Amino acid sequence: MLIYIARRAAFAVFLVFAVSSAALVLARLAPGDYVTTSLGIDARRETIEQARARYGLNRSIGEQYRDWVIRAARLDFGQSLIYDRPVADLIPERAANTAVLALTALLAATLVGLPLGVITGSRPGGVVPLAIRATSLILLSMPPLLTSLFLVFVAARTGWLPVGGMSAAGSAGGASLDLLRHLVVPAAALAMPLAAMFERLQAQAMSDVVGQPYVLATLARGVPRSRVVWRDALKAALRPVAALYGLVVGTLLSGSFAVEVITAWPGLGRLMLDALLARDVYLVAGCAAAGSLFLAAGTLMSDAALALVDPSTSE
Amino acid sequence: MTRVLGSTLLIVAILGAAGAPVLAPHAIGDQFRGLLNAAPTTPHVVDDSGHWHRPFIYPWTLVSQLEQRYEQDRSTRVPLVWFARGRLVGSADDSRAPLMLLGGDSYGRDVFSRLLFGARISLALSIAAALGSMLMGGLIGGVAGYVGGGIDDLLMRASDFVIVLPAMYVALALRSVLPLVLEPGTVFVLLAAIFAVVGAPFISRGVRAIVRGEKRLDYAVAAASLGAGHTRLLAHHLLPAARSFIVVEITMLVPAFIVAEATLSYVGLGFPDPVASWGTMLRDASNVRTFADFPWLLSPAAAMFLVVLGLNLLMQQTGVVPVMGAPPADARRVSRPALQSK
Repeated sequence: MLIYIARRAAFAVFLVFAVSSAALVLARLAPGDYVTTSLGIDARRETIEQARARYGLNRSIGEQYRDWVIRAARLDFGQSLIYDRPVADLIPERAANTAVLALTALLAATLVGLPLGVITGSRPGGVVPLAIRATSLILLSMPPLLTSLFLVFVAARTGWLPVGGMSAAGSAGGASLDLLRHLVVPAAALAMPLAAMFERLQAQAMSDVVGQPYVLATLARGVPRSRVVWRDALKAALRPVAALYGLVVGTLLSGSFAVEVITAWPGLGRLMLDALLARDVYLVAGCAAAGSLFLAAGTLMSDAALALVDPSTSE
Repeated sequence: MTRVLGSTLLIVAILGAAGAPVLAPHAIGDQFRGLLNAAPTTPHVVDDSGHWHRPFIYPWTLVSQLEQRYEQDRSTRVPLVWFARGRLVGSADDSRAPLMLLGGDSYGRDVFSRLLFGARISLALSIAAALGSMLMGGLIGGVAGYVGGGIDDLLMRASDFVIVLPAMYVALALRSVLPLVLEPGTVFVLLAAIFAVVGAPFISRGVRAIVRGEKRLDYAVAAASLGAGHTRLLAHHLLPAARSFIVVEITMLVPAFIVAEATLSYVGLGFPDPVASWGTMLRDASNVRTFADFPWLLSPAAAMFLVVLGLNLLMQQTGVVPVMGAPPADARRVSRPALQSK
């Protein structure tokens, strides 16, 4: 068990290192650099050379990469070229915003999706399970890109909720309430397809378990149906869903990109996009490092959870 | 029921895409400068005085330039003409009252026509990318499962690594490090290649599990002992066993790719402007104020939803939950229901 966790932790470290290195090298290999994109095509050759020297872009990729790795080990991730601020100052705030959005969505989706999945999985017939199934199928067909467009549209038409950003201008008092109001649309947009996915998976796992002889035997002994479903069957049916939580982190980050862009939520997604387009190499690498850190933490936690639920995975 | 509904949605989408040059009343670039963001022109058959006519539309007259508000000119009827100029239907007076079934976009182009032409690019791109994923994933998975050992370990570690990454960011990073302004044809090929790479590991993992399992079965051993070479054994006997798994996986990849194209185009990394794809059309709706007032700009989103829904309805048949990267245990269940019951 401990060895398994240690092996997964080593993978997590490798993930963060590989992803941020790849991002730096890719951004550096891309045609054009920050200087050519920011100065435009009319700039004189000497101006360009001077600017390149100032930003350290005139060095070879290998040299630049080695330098970055050495400094990153001391938690110095270089200077952002667009913002002219240290990357280490820029990232935490944006990363926290993405984390708030993703965790709220994950929590909401789990709280809604899993119980509904238990209901539909344990009772195949009836109006309520059918309605839940139909809703899930519709939401599964609406990835975050579409749900966020739809919710922003509804919010804009009705005026019930703010349509974008993270806080209203000049709202000092009641800041947390204001944040909550701004969080509703993006979090719901991200949570809706995820809840549907959890519901379907949980329902499938549940219906597999409910058909097992031991469940029938427990029922035959006179144990109330609700107790069998929610206590005995649920325990076994959680395993396949727990196995997917590791993959969900990637799905969440992918989805939050579309949501952040559409609802103007100031998270990592927008920052990464701007950095990529401006060829801001250090900021790209920093964003990739932060994102992969989320990813590593998420997969590590789900691995540990899975090893607890299902000991056979850690063999 | 679900199957009929699902296939109907898909057939409509494919027919719409294939028949775009005939079905669309306008070309993708046709601009009506007096009708920026104009509302849909609904065909009527009864006029205000209650008389019946052949289908006709009322022309729009501009009421407010600033708010882009239009009012119907109820006094004139513009009849629809059928099978004229190689198009199924159009307005009799295109310059004054063009037929815009889903309104106009911010350049005054017909959204309905662009939706049909956009379906061609969006669907073709995602299908091409899914086929690319199939080839790459099938090859990687087949080799890994057949050869085993160190190569298997290496290929599967690499696949697992790509699966863990958020696919959208991988596609975004790969796309944005390429030159930003490119020819539409180049964009098509590049996006298809990027999506194929991102999608391939999902297929290779399942294929590898199936090939590994099949290799030990009697028929494969028999074929090998009768002198079938490695290539023949893999291509003729083992990979066909993964067929139904691959079909299922492709029906999951296609919607993912449609949405990925839309996301990239939405942020400006997709096709250049005059080209219509569902993503580039959505870009027109990137301003909240605009699409709150002109909801028809969201019709590509609705089209995407219906196509994805159609594919998901068909997936209901297989009993597989449409979740990308579900563990290969599910893959085996799809391919060999008989083995499962033993």
